[in-house]
Amino acid sequence: MRARIVAALVGTVLTLAACGTSDDSASETTASAPESAETITVFAAASLKATFTQLGTQFESAHPGSTVEFNFAGSSDLVAQITQGAPADVFASADTANMDKAVEAGVVSGDPVNFATNTLTIVTEPGNPQGITSFADLTRPGLKVVVCAPQVPCGTATSRIETRTGVDLQPVSEESSVTDVLGKVTSGQADAGLVYVTDATNAGDKVTAVPFPESADAVNTYPIALLEESQNPQLASKFLEFVTGDDARTVFAEAGFGAP
Amino acid sequence: MTSRPESRAGLPGWIYLPAAVGGVFVILPLVSMVLAVDWSRFPELVTSEASLQALALSLRTATASTVLCVLFGVPMAAVLARSTFRIIPVLRSLVLLPLVLPPVVGGIALLYTFGRRGLLGEYFEAFGLRIAFSTTAVVLAQTFVALPFLVMSLEGALRTACLRYEAVAATLGARPPTGCRRVTLPLVLPGLASGAVLAFARALGEFGATITFAGSLQGVTRTLPLEIYLQRETDPDAAVALSLLLVLVAVAIVVAARGRRIAGAL
Repeated sequence: MRARIVAALVGTVLTLAACGTSDDSASETTASAPESAETITVFAAASLKATFTQLGTQFESAHPGSTVEFNFAGSSDLVAQITQGAPADVFASADTANMDKAVEAGVVSGDPVNFATNTLTIVTEPGNPQGITSFADLTRPGLKVVVCAPQVPCGTATSRIETRTGVDLQPVSEESSVTDVLGKVTSGQADAGLVYVTDATNAGDKVTAVPFPESADAVNTYPIALLEESQNPQLASKFLEFVTGDDARTVFAEAGFGAP
Repeated sequence: MTSRPESRAGLPGWIYLPAAVGGVFVILPLVSMVLAVDWSRFPELVTSEASLQALALSLRTATASTVLCVLFGVPMAAVLARSTFRIIPVLRSLVLLPLVLPPVVGGIALLYTFGRRGLLGEYFEAFGLRIAFSTTAVVLAQTFVALPFLVMSLEGALRTACLRYEAVAATLGARPPTGCRRVTLPLVLPGLASGAVLAFARALGEFGATITFAGSLQGVTRTLPLEIYLQRETDPDAAVALSLLLVLVAVAIVVAARGRRIAGAL
């Protein structure tokens, strides 16, 4: 009985192993270059998830045999992971402050390149039932407004706009991430929130975006850089070129990102 | 107590190795964190206004949740332990579900219950009762995740020790209320105490359900774990200092509870 179970287990493991290798051999045959099964790991800000996943697929088909793996998280988490020795080839940050931290820590190779910008927008429940039309409208009494905490990039942008406009928001919550702000609005907990244009685009008809001109006062710039510890700097720099190139520009524009 | 040396002798020698590995695995990260504390800034970091408000809020909400857990958890444990309805085993599994749920799932579930558009929240809203973004929401989130801990440890105590002793007490002429007060209560008190401590500790550490359901605002909904999570964004040293503070509070609770339990046993 025990022997039979062991045999079954061994069989399963072998099948799984075979599945694993069949994948590789398939990509090798299409690549027609046996030793070019190269992989790079890209650490990218959470707000880049949709666009970078798409760009990764495009890059892989343009460079047969290459694989781009992603780790999406908050930029400050990524800096912490990279400085603690996480294996990565490329770092794309949602703001220059976190890229500066990485540069100061000496983990970046060469100069970071700015590849996209993002601005804030007001989002409301679908149809904007409260009739919010301006940034100053957010101070209306009784209105539940949610923003990012000043410690995170979207919150830094929010407080910069508050300072510039002299409008003092009284949010009911200061969230740690822009996704939490969006979540509070899409679930109907809050009447309005401040998120990036790209988050509003991504949320589709779950929210109504109310753009406001003062958002131009706080433009968030996204830099990308090669990392010192990269195991595959050649492929990594090709990816970097691709992300800063014209094809990628279209992808970013569709998602709501501005040009750097 | 007398059986201690025997059971120790009964342990095979090899068992100490995996036990030691497991122990080190739990203790080492805590030691590493203590080593990472920036001691020169520690007093200033843990006494900042934001930190003190977060600590006070955490202690207040965890106390309130523990009270709620005892109020509702004790009757729940009694019903689960003693009632003979067929549905009890199913109910037990359902009630203990928050133990295995990721807290963020609990937060989402609470949102759809007590949120502005939630099953009950809609009616609360009609009465002018707003739970979203309030300290009440924090207490609800903590109670949701902590309640099973109290119910479970108390139910265990109620089930194992009592029935037999109560039966004996009954044969000696004690009527059910007397048997309950004089026999059952002293027997389950340690179970209740450890259940309450567990519930308090779980409430104190609550993060996922709170951030999903209650939001994060200094002095209102930003408890110590949420403050740690936020500080980490800009000041990792502050996050480490506050983490140590939370560990110290947790250790103090465990030690206090242990002390009381020994006193109770004597």
